[in-house]
Amino acid sequence: MGVWFSFWVVVGLILVALIGAGLLNLSVIFGVVFPYLALVVFLVGLIYRVVQWGKTPVPFHIPTTCGQQKSLSWIKYSKLESPATGWEVFLRMFLEVVAFRSLFRNLRTEMGPGFRPVYGSSKWLWLGGIAFHYSFLIVFLRHLRFFTQPPSKLVSIIDSFDGFLQIGHPHLQLTGVVLFFAALYLFLRRLYIPQVRYISLPADYFPLLLIMGIAGSGILMRYFIKTDITKVKELTMGLATFHPKVPEGIGVIFYVHIFLVSVLFAYFPFSKLVHLGGVFLSPTRNLANNSRMKRHINPWDYPVKVHTYEEYEEEFREKMKMAGIPVEKDIEEEETEEKEQEEKE
Amino acid sequence: MAKAAKPPKPEEITKTLDYRKTPKGPWIDTKVEFRPGMYCYGTRPKYLEEVDMPNPREWSTSDEDWKLPENWKEIFLEGMEDRLRKHRSFRLFMDICVRCGACADKCHFYIGTGDPKNMPVLRAELLRSIYRRYFTTGGKLLKRTAGARELTEEVFKELWYYAYQCTECRRCSVFCPYGIDTAEITIMVRELVNLLGCNTDWIMGPVANCYHKGNHLGLEPHTIQSNIEMMCDDIEEITGIRIEPTFNRKGAEILFVTPSGDLFAVPGVYTAMGYLMLFHELGLDYTWSTYASEGGNFGFFTSLEMAKRLYYKVYAEAERLGVKFIIGGECGHMWRLWHQYLATFWKPPENLETPKSPITGTVFEHASASKVVHVVEFTADLIRHGKLKLDPSRNDHLRVTFHDSCNTSRGMGFFEEPRYVIKNVCNHFYEMPENTIREKTFCCGSGSGLNASENMELRMRGGLPRANAVRYVHEKYGVNMLANVCAIDRAALPTLMQYWVPGVEVCGVHELVGNALVMTGEKKRTMDLRLEPLPGFEEEEEEEE
Amino acid sequence: MYDGGKIITGIVIFLLFALFPIYSNFGKTYKPPKPDLNTPEIQKMEVKKCVEPKEYMRAEHMKLLVDWRDAALREGKRTYINSRGESYFISLQNTCMRCHSDKKKFCDECHKHAGVSPYCWDCHFAK
Repeated sequence: MGVWFSFWVVVGLILVALIGAGLLNLSVIFGVVFPYLALVVFLVGLIYRVVQWGKTPVPFHIPTTCGQQKSLSWIKYSKLESPATGWEVFLRMFLEVVAFRSLFRNLRTEMGPGFRPVYGSSKWLWLGGIAFHYSFLIVFLRHLRFFTQPPSKLVSIIDSFDGFLQIGHPHLQLTGVVLFFAALYLFLRRLYIPQVRYISLPADYFPLLLIMGIAGSGILMRYFIKTDITKVKELTMGLATFHPKVPEGIGVIFYVHIFLVSVLFAYFPFSKLVHLGGVFLSPTRNLANNSRMKRHINPWDYPVKVHTYEEYEEEFREKMKMAGIPVEKDIEEEETEEKEQEEKE
Repeated sequence: MAKAAKPPKPEEITKTLDYRKTPKGPWIDTKVEFRPGMYCYGTRPKYLEEVDMPNPREWSTSDEDWKLPENWKEIFLEGMEDRLRKHRSFRLFMDICVRCGACADKCHFYIGTGDPKNMPVLRAELLRSIYRRYFTTGGKLLKRTAGARELTEEVFKELWYYAYQCTECRRCSVFCPYGIDTAEITIMVRELVNLLGCNTDWIMGPVANCYHKGNHLGLEPHTIQSNIEMMCDDIEEITGIRIEPTFNRKGAEILFVTPSGDLFAVPGVYTAMGYLMLFHELGLDYTWSTYASEGGNFGFFTSLEMAKRLYYKVYAEAERLGVKFIIGGECGHMWRLWHQYLATFWKPPENLETPKSPITGTVFEHASASKVVHVVEFTADLIRHGKLKLDPSRNDHLRVTFHDSCNTSRGMGFFEEPRYVIKNVCNHFYEMPENTIREKTFCCGSGSGLNASENMELRMRGGLPRANAVRYVHEKYGVNMLANVCAIDRAALPTLMQYWVPGVEVCGVHELVGNALVMTGEKKRTMDLRLEPLPGFEEEEEEEE
Repeated sequence: MYDGGKIITGIVIFLLFALFPIYSNFGKTYKPPKPDLNTPEIQKMEVKKCVEPKEYMRAEHMKLLVDWRDAALREGKRTYINSRGESYFISLQNTCMRCHSDKKKFCDECHKHAGVSPYCWDCHFAK
């Protein structure tokens, strides 16, 4: 569902930039106005989403325990899979966020011989996800060269290993290529794995295609359709110092690139991409498995109608007495009470 | 009401399963088909009336008209908005799924039915599409392109159908990179359909019973007592020892609460006999309660409010009787709730103390707030301290494997305690394959109130992955006993085993304990707790013959 | 049961990352690089022209330099015919640096600005 729709939207966006910045010369709009707008939408939108989640309480203590609980002292408990303290929760969350630990567990169910399901290890999705997210992170950090003067040391450190193969000139930076192909892999698996294709929405294809567009335009600009990097930096530094200016002579490829990035930023808070913030808030992961040790309070707890022991005994008193089960109120006692009441009346 | 269809033969089920196939066309256009054998009957109005729940009426799930109130859509959407505000899990899980598909083939119902709407991600999308349509700007504007759809009666029925094809087992949540838990979503859908009186008879009956009589089966106080006394008769026949348990006794040190299935049905009663023998042997100062006579909680399969209403009795009774702490019997969802919900529902009464074993002196620090100890934790501690005289050879005719219950596994982290106990009371223990146990364990297929008879095909399909793993150890090691710590397992697995793996029986852990326990003053055992001859311990006369 | 403190801390950390380019440049004025072509050698030239046109050199000088290196060192070729049909002696030191004699003001000015550290000077001496 929606592969072509998403594809044409991304093509459309590229055309918008080509026409807008290339033919109509709206470089100020594409180089200054859109990036600023996108950044504001991104920051405000994402924080709004997180605050909205934050304002929604966690009424019950529901960690998914994936390892031995802390119980008897001589049973070793799993600090990472069934954390009992805040520090252990931190470790669990840390590995979840930086190593995609849950995804690493992934299995694949197949119909084995004799029509018996078998479950094999399956790490491709994890590998694709790791490659995608980490290369994106590094590409992102590399771009600090355009926003710091002199360029941050981090940039030269990243450059030294990112381009260590010294292929071509300028040196090929591996992460850009990895990012493109990882996104391509994630896209293709959506098309070719029947279950994943069945569940995929335009909202799943679109960001992948968009990111492929971003990586692709970036690679094109660095190695093939070059543009004057010095001028590009004049533009980006103008943005960072709030003295925006658009130097003459920046190639249209740059505007395509920065427009797609702007779209991604602006789209972010309205999409599934908010998992960037959401992953930290998941109550099945970020709670300690200590609910018998520490009482979890539900802030919206309210009184409910219950069936009390008195009501219960009222109904079964005779049967309980016959069976010799102790009761609170003796039947004779009850009768005298009733008589007393009648007398009063 | 539709007639209960007989499930197809096992090989008819497996041969049609093909995970590479998906139906033609997008799922959003694929209409739900209510196939007999795959769903439960709708609830009778009297049960709803008994506990003051909305929209009691005569209706049937197979009817075209479910007799929803006129403003049903409003009620549903308002209920949804309310819950989106109250449960971070709900809102977050509606928002952050990236549909990576890691959960898709982890669900036992998907593995057993091949129906893609049983993939956890799609089960959630059924509701997420409504969320997008009514609660997000993108969905309101872009409608179908954003994966949003209108809430219609057709869609409502679909939500219902698949909310009762989920056992809230949380296996998907283990694999999800964001920990999205379909149980949370199913719980919400079930709450929403309950706002419109659309529960199943098999859940609502026990709820109404439990509310008024204290337990799901509706056992009245004298029946509970006589059932337990019948077990004591059997114990006397087996061991020569007469046990005199007490009921509703004030001043006892410990209140014992177990799922009522253990008081009534085979093989649960054998587990209860194990508890009785163990507590007697220890001389434990404990009492049963006829009022708080249910550890399980079918309210949880209805709404969280109903779960809270039913669990009022536990702490209230502990307070009334003045006990020091509570021991809970072997049960799955009961322990998810006792572990994660009970002390949030109700404040533990002041008279309760941090549980301390009167036999070993062990302080159960991990239960210091809720004051509830699992009976298997209690027994494991006894064995560790050498307080029990055990003869595991009495279980030598059994080749045992252990089924981790979903709820105790993924809602508690309860793995080593039962294994420790089993290994001390049995000589032959075999694990099922790694990917089918512990946190990756497969559901029995009948949890969360799906253990009815009219949905037998669904249950057998849902239980396929579990049964398949049992079959593996049955064929490889000759396993003939499937031990577990869950009353629903004890009720559901025997049927499942008969269907998929004939020759494997089902028992609770404390049945094995009862068999191995050497009691003071007992006569020579020749029978197990099932009153069947103990192989290797036959009466001497027989040996002479 | 809100964990508000932790969430706010998280948002602050996120903003520290996201807004780094803005606050790290706060109050600084940015000056674009001005490579200096004004060397005695260039001043002497009647027609001021490089090996190839200026635009090509700006975008592709790194490629040309590496082609030169390969030609000189690996193939022993020392003559380069440019797009205008003129021939040049292939040498960084003796051709390029003869005109662009001030490495600091010519090469480094832009390289530093863009955060590029070419490995030319691993072997060559800068005057």
